[in-house]
Amino acid sequence: MSAQVAPRSAQPPPHDIPRLMAGARGDGKPVSLSEHLDRYGDLGVRPARGASPDLIALVEASGLQGRGGGAFPAGRKLRAVAQMNRRPLVLVNGAEGEPMSGKDKVLMRYMPHLVLDGAVVAAAAVGAREVVVVVGDDAAGSFAAMQAAIDERARRRHGGVSFRLASIPARFVAGEETALVNWLSGGSVKPLFTPPRPFERGVSGSPTLVQNVETVANLALIARFGADWFRALGTIEEPGSALVTFAGAVAQPGVYEIPLGLSLTGLIARAGGLSRPVSAFLIGGYFGAWVAAEDTSSIRLLDSELRPLGASLGGRVIFALPQSVCGIVETARLSRYLADESAGQCGPCVRGLDAVATALQELAWGKRNTRHDDARLDRWLAQIDGRGACRHPDGAARLIASGLRVFAAERARHAAGSCGGTGKPLLPVHAARKSKR
Amino acid sequence: MTDRLRVNPIACEAHGLCAELFPERVSLDDWGYPIIDPQSIPRELQVHARRAVDACPTLALALVQADAGDRGDARQWRSRQR
Repeated sequence: MSAQVAPRSAQPPPHDIPRLMAGARGDGKPVSLSEHLDRYGDLGVRPARGASPDLIALVEASGLQGRGGGAFPAGRKLRAVAQMNRRPLVLVNGAEGEPMSGKDKVLMRYMPHLVLDGAVVAAAAVGAREVVVVVGDDAAGSFAAMQAAIDERARRRHGGVSFRLASIPARFVAGEETALVNWLSGGSVKPLFTPPRPFERGVSGSPTLVQNVETVANLALIARFGADWFRALGTIEEPGSALVTFAGAVAQPGVYEIPLGLSLTGLIARAGGLSRPVSAFLIGGYFGAWVAAEDTSSIRLLDSELRPLGASLGGRVIFALPQSVCGIVETARLSRYLADESAGQCGPCVRGLDAVATALQELAWGKRNTRHDDARLDRWLAQIDGRGACRHPDGAARLIASGLRVFAAERARHAAGSCGGTGKPLLPVHAARKSKR
Repeated sequence: MTDRLRVNPIACEAHGLCAELFPERVSLDDWGYPIIDPQSIPRELQVHARRAVDACPTLALALVQADAGDRGDARQWRSRQR
């Protein structure tokens, strides 16, 4: 017996962006359940006993990929969980530990019912009855909006799944799916050695579907409007719209919904242009890579176009570095932050990232007589890659290596004892809270 | 069926016995943690690999199926860690 799949809607589906944010109110308040149903109509999906092959096939046909950073095909993840033949659990990942990212917080805060609808679709697809939504403990507004939406559904007996809201310490690794599972199973916010992966053995041993907030919100639209509608934006390999956080030297920083494949220049135009001349972009956030501004003039925001530049959409954060700020200084600050945000479990991550950060700090700020470019830096970065239980050391090493590549001239200048930067560094790197380990 | 080595980096405490006993596939990084060569281990080296696995004081090293990626070897890990 499978769940009902009957797309129907009160208003016609949006045929351009915004999609996810189409129903947002103008006044900064979350959309209520009545407003949500007026706009989108009933979801038409009720969780039934067992998984729904129809829903899984629909999501596979849509080509939706995870929006949390890994870009893993959502349909394949649903299928893996459904095939475990044990009652699974759905975990909606709103940890968003990336310090610059705001997209998931925005979705939860303004569109909580879209997120909950999507969680119902996910639960129906894999045959789950229980949904846990995890929000970082630095996102009080998002937490309150999700709590109010869950209470509203309970009062109106709307749903068919039980929702639980949980708060997780806002650390960088908190969004890593095994760290979420560990925390919700009563452990610490630290990644686990895999296998078993969450889809095999997740929260309290149950097969667990972990999907990012934005991924889940897309499920709510795909269930209503279908796979073809979803594919009307984006490319064949990377369909749909995406929320990106645009920060740094830009006139109107913030969260933007874009069709995947929009050019970077297109995004800059939507954000009111650059506020100052820019030397490089950090694409993908703190798990992404630096790309020199001159290499970005013709790129479109797609993993397929970013990969040759050593970058990816990753956490969907794009940061514009003004020419006045030194890229080596920013990379040194980033590397110290990422070293401090290590979960502290794996030797190569703990020792390696710390050694790299110390060497870079020395290069960035060392006294004239001690400052030097440590010859071991590049070897260390190569050694760290792939050596942890999670991807933290890999992502950090790749990001730092990209900074050393893009800012090679600045690196040489620093080694010679000077710095071309005149402006204050901008990247937020102060979220590290060691007491929460 | 061939095997390769895999280290659990959370359990590893850099005792370094593995590199001592099986330099054919294990070297150490600048901090003494093992870097594993993921190549499969030919029959004639299996006894050395097993010796390295058995010597690890924190049970952080295991032989896993070479063709199973890092996915299909869950069962091998569990039996190793019991």
